[in-house]
Amino acid sequence: MIEIPRLPLAEWIDDGLDVLTGQFAGATKVVSDLMETGIEGTVDALMWLPPGVTIVLAGLLVWRLTGIRTALFALAGLALLWNLGLWEATLQTLVMVLIATLIAVSVGGPLGILAALSPSAYRIIFPVLDFMQTMPAFVYLIPAIPFFGLGPVAAIFSTVIFAMPPAIRLTTLGIRQVPADLVEAADAFGATRRQKLWKVQLPLAVPTIMAGINQTIMLALSMVVIAAMIGAQGLGGEVWRAIQRNEAGMGFEAGIAVVILAMLLDRITQGIGRRGKDQPST
Amino acid sequence: MPAEQSVKIAVRGLTKVFGDEPKDALALLRQGETKQAIFEKTGLAVGVADADFDVIEGEILVVMGLSGSGKSSLIRCLNRLNEPTAGQILLDGRDIVPLGHRELLEVRRSKYGMVFQHFALFPHRSIRENVEFGLEIQGCAVDERAEKALIALKQVGLEGWEDATPGQLSGGMQQRVGLARALAVDPDVLLMDEAFSALDPLIRRDMQQELVALQSRVRKTIVFITHDLDEALFLGNRIVLMKDARIEQVGTAEEILSNPATPYVERFVAEVDKTKVLTASAVMRRARSVAFVNDGPRTVLRKMEDEDLSFLCVVETDFRLRGIVRDDAALDAVKRGEKSITSIMEPGVQPVGPDTPVRDLFGLLAETTMPAPVVDDAGRLLGVVVRASLLQGLAESIGSNGNASTSDSATEIVETAA
Repeated sequence: MIEIPRLPLAEWIDDGLDVLTGQFAGATKVVSDLMETGIEGTVDALMWLPPGVTIVLAGLLVWRLTGIRTALFALAGLALLWNLGLWEATLQTLVMVLIATLIAVSVGGPLGILAALSPSAYRIIFPVLDFMQTMPAFVYLIPAIPFFGLGPVAAIFSTVIFAMPPAIRLTTLGIRQVPADLVEAADAFGATRRQKLWKVQLPLAVPTIMAGINQTIMLALSMVVIAAMIGAQGLGGEVWRAIQRNEAGMGFEAGIAVVILAMLLDRITQGIGRRGKDQPST
Repeated sequence: MPAEQSVKIAVRGLTKVFGDEPKDALALLRQGETKQAIFEKTGLAVGVADADFDVIEGEILVVMGLSGSGKSSLIRCLNRLNEPTAGQILLDGRDIVPLGHRELLEVRRSKYGMVFQHFALFPHRSIRENVEFGLEIQGCAVDERAEKALIALKQVGLEGWEDATPGQLSGGMQQRVGLARALAVDPDVLLMDEAFSALDPLIRRDMQQELVALQSRVRKTIVFITHDLDEALFLGNRIVLMKDARIEQVGTAEEILSNPATPYVERFVAEVDKTKVLTASAVMRRARSVAFVNDGPRTVLRKMEDEDLSFLCVVETDFRLRGIVRDDAALDAVKRGEKSITSIMEPGVQPVGPDTPVRDLFGLLAETTMPAPVVDDAGRLLGVVVRASLLQGLAESIGSNGNASTSDSATEIVETAA
């Protein structure tokens, strides 16, 4: 029997990552330190106000952005989190989610536009997205550590990779589904590519792009919880502790907190998306 | 066409083949192969094959054909929304086919305005912002474009709707916005692609009439695409008839109807109700005998007897129409011993122009036995239309065509008129 040698795929990837860490770890560690300070600062700032005041302000903001029902839900939900003693953990999770979403959208948006306008960019970007989305989320945690060390920044890094695909996909979809006759009309009036994009394609893609951002936020939230395994704090940290101590009740408390946060973020982004859509339509 | 009219766009050998490798198709086209044969051999779709025609400054040129005849491909070649595969498009004498991207944008911005079948209004913009679009693209200042947009909206009768959104407007109103958007940039040429085809028939008729009225005010050169022959005949100063990517005939409505160049055109126009295009000049009787204002009743009566007429048109010495005299009134005047016909002159039926469609004459002549005088722009008498000459003219035009459906509709009209 012929022995087929095992393909050293793992070694290759490790070697590759070693080279990358050797080259860039210094820089990424600096970024990591800066960002960690930023995250802590933001959480501290939010903690500086009494939770009661913050909750009322948040309720008012939600009322402005969506409606009275979501606002009442926000008040009740956030009050429950405060009551359960999960206020700081919730804020930590929220800040990580928002930062990860911000990065994912500011990188994913332009990539989505590129893929919509250039067929060759589309052919490169979309298979990579398939890869990113099917790879088990935990795997991204491992290489994040040598670059950023244990902690929230490594968590955000893997979260960005995990949560970015919908931002790209739906931006591309939104631009591609702008009716061809509107694009043609813009062409007929002598619009440049840039004018077409900013005056016609992007405004009409807004509802779809908002749906993509909503998806990105939801994915970011689920990943930030998982990322507790590499030392991210927040609600995921509470769940992780509950697993280690085998305390189901404590785990569910934190789990319910995640659900409340998820529902709030979902309703708010959908509300903003709908407001964009309610404007002129044919 | 009078000689002083200049050519705005000259299209020469224009060919559009869709696909990346059009060489084979071009070669086959040169051998005179049809669109279908080329598609079977090469899989390439020919949009326009070797089109030659001129668009005269200030005219409405209608490009007409059934769907798939290549008319939309053709109009999109004129501003290079479709990149021509071969040929020239001379706009004001300059070929725009070889122009680079920047120059092409400039031509699209300053020379052309386009109106689309399904309006293509921007749903995220207000009516005013839609109309401003072309000006915004040109980089026009905010105040100036608001002002110009308002003027354009006034031209199409939509002032007061600036802040509405396209979704709040009916189809007819949306297309007025489309028209205003094209007019706002004050283009030389309006390209109208099936602009009224999506509207319901009554609104469509209104829009056609308004376009003609608008055209007489703004004097744009208009290229209008349609699949509706009635629309083509109503709007078109001249008509380009297309079939299977090729041009079958170019000419005025009357030329195409009375002298079809190919069997296809003949079949095509057989469907038309002739009364829509037959004009007063074709059915009138020349004014061989007239009464002059200074004639006495006795002279007038003799002229009537000579020609066996019961009336005469009264004209100045330069043939400008003054009115009408009947034989019985003239006879009475002779009996009373009057010397002048001014006292017995009647205003008569409202005079019509030589281009008045016969259809409009039926209404005019249905209520009176008086003739309808035909006058030129200066009010000079050219001839008269009486019921008999009207029916005779119709019968002749139908006889020359011998088509069942037209003779049916003509019989109907003859019956209503009689």
